[in-house]
Amino acid sequence: MGFEFVALSLPPMVIGTLAAIACALPGNFLLLRRQSLIGDAISHVVLPGIVVAFLLTGVISTLPMMLGAAGAALVAVLAIEAIRRFGRVEPGAAMGVVFTAMFAGGVLLLEQSDTSSVHLDVEHALYGNLESLIWLDAVGWASLVDPSALSLLPPELFRMAGVTVLVAAVVALFWRPFVLATFDEGFARSLGLPTGLIGLAIATLAALAAVAAFDAVGSIIVIAMFICPPAAARMMTDRLGAQVAWSLGFATLSAVLGYVMAGYGPLWLGRTDAVSAAGMIATVSGAVLLLATLLGPHRKHP
Amino acid sequence: MSMRLARPGTSDKAETSPLAVRGLTVSYGGDPVVFSVDMTVAPGQMTAIVGPNGAGKSTLLKACLGIVKPLAGRITAWGKPVARQSSRIAYVPQRTSIDWDFPVTVIDVVLMGMYRDLGLLRRVRPQHREAAMACLDRVGMRDFADRQIGQLSGGQQQRVFLARALAQQADLFLLDEPFAGVDAATESAIIAVLKALRDEGRTIVAVHHDLSTVEAYFDRVFLINRRRIAEGPVSTAFTTDTLHEAYGGRLSDGFTARRA
Repeated sequence: MGFEFVALSLPPMVIGTLAAIACALPGNFLLLRRQSLIGDAISHVVLPGIVVAFLLTGVISTLPMMLGAAGAALVAVLAIEAIRRFGRVEPGAAMGVVFTAMFAGGVLLLEQSDTSSVHLDVEHALYGNLESLIWLDAVGWASLVDPSALSLLPPELFRMAGVTVLVAAVVALFWRPFVLATFDEGFARSLGLPTGLIGLAIATLAALAAVAAFDAVGSIIVIAMFICPPAAARMMTDRLGAQVAWSLGFATLSAVLGYVMAGYGPLWLGRTDAVSAAGMIATVSGAVLLLATLLGPHRKHP
Repeated sequence: MSMRLARPGTSDKAETSPLAVRGLTVSYGGDPVVFSVDMTVAPGQMTAIVGPNGAGKSTLLKACLGIVKPLAGRITAWGKPVARQSSRIAYVPQRTSIDWDFPVTVIDVVLMGMYRDLGLLRRVRPQHREAAMACLDRVGMRDFADRQIGQLSGGQQQRVFLARALAQQADLFLLDEPFAGVDAATESAIIAVLKALRDEGRTIVAVHHDLSTVEAYFDRVFLINRRRIAEGPVSTAFTTDTLHEAYGGRLSDGFTARRA
């Protein structure tokens, strides 16, 4: 059990948890700014970025894909802001326009280019492949203190951890401006805060989290983690600090419980195959949101 | 057009005014909402910005604070660009512009007024809390410090916003419709605080809707309907003629008859 768990279950569980936390953190601000769909948008617009990166380099490797995805996400963020500001369209509509247009562009690009020889498909983009992020060099719990074994952990783990730490650090450092600009933009402007830049920074953090998590776990978890844990957390408390803490707890709970239920749930029910971990994590986070909606102490309409 | 008053103020008046506007034009993409407006706020006085709906009152205020970008015009506070004086200016936005479901407590809203002191990372110390409580005391909201803002009545919310402005320790207070949708008790509480601030030598500018209280509440009036209609002490600028020019046919005859 020790070997199997450390090698096969622990790395994907940790990566899933980190991805959930990295998305839930900016998700709290997106929720309060009524921009939750921006996470959804970003996780879709990375597709054309990845295809363009493939067309330019001719290979499927992580760095160009990450750069392409990040570039597409940035283009989308700028386009959404521009349409919202200059077109005076409500944010939801601006996001809808940009993300469908870019996703459609990505599909057309994918069709028109010769990607049949390489593994680049929509399914991988949607579900990721959390279960494949295993640590074959682990021999048991002792491997956690063995530097040579640790260096052979899946690279996604280090990438996801780095992004999670970065997102957390930026949110902690700019907590007050983020809160001020989100709560009362006019007042924040009167203090001289660059509210446009702050909005862009929050969206960029979300984009960063989305791209990193997308690479590791696919876009389903990304969408669910931007929205479900913060929305459930909002119904548990009336203070933003506590809301963020609850959301991180819910994100962790969803990732761990979802992974365990995906791997072992079907066996407990007498079935033989495991189900998609990403799908189960998203399902658990949805169930958490449902419970919070029914039972949370700070629901809007009791 | 012939009714238009002569442009006031020499440039040295603008040098000393807490808020001086010259040639301000603002548009949200279509026709200008504020067109070629001059305004010179008198120090240590309470000025009401008055005009019909859509006259550009809030826009004028927002342009003064740098919240909306003007097409043209120059805005100075004590002779310097407003951006450099923002530490001396407090702003109370329209209550309806806020999401009152936001997970924040009353005391935390007041502490936002101390952002300049607290900066990014400085800890909120007991003296900050005490100062915030003193501000809440001044508007009669001390007992509500730990409530979430959505649990307050409209008048209580407005008082909390005034307390946040007090926490800014500013010399110039800009308020956008502070009496809109508040109860009578709140209205008199707010006006008492504003008059006390004026008596301390601070300058108050408020967008104001209720023509019947202008004389009782304010020292000066700035009448606007996209263009500046009149500006000056209530006794000279707030007359039947200037009101007619600002409101046109939209002003009820009953009100002007009462004034005549």
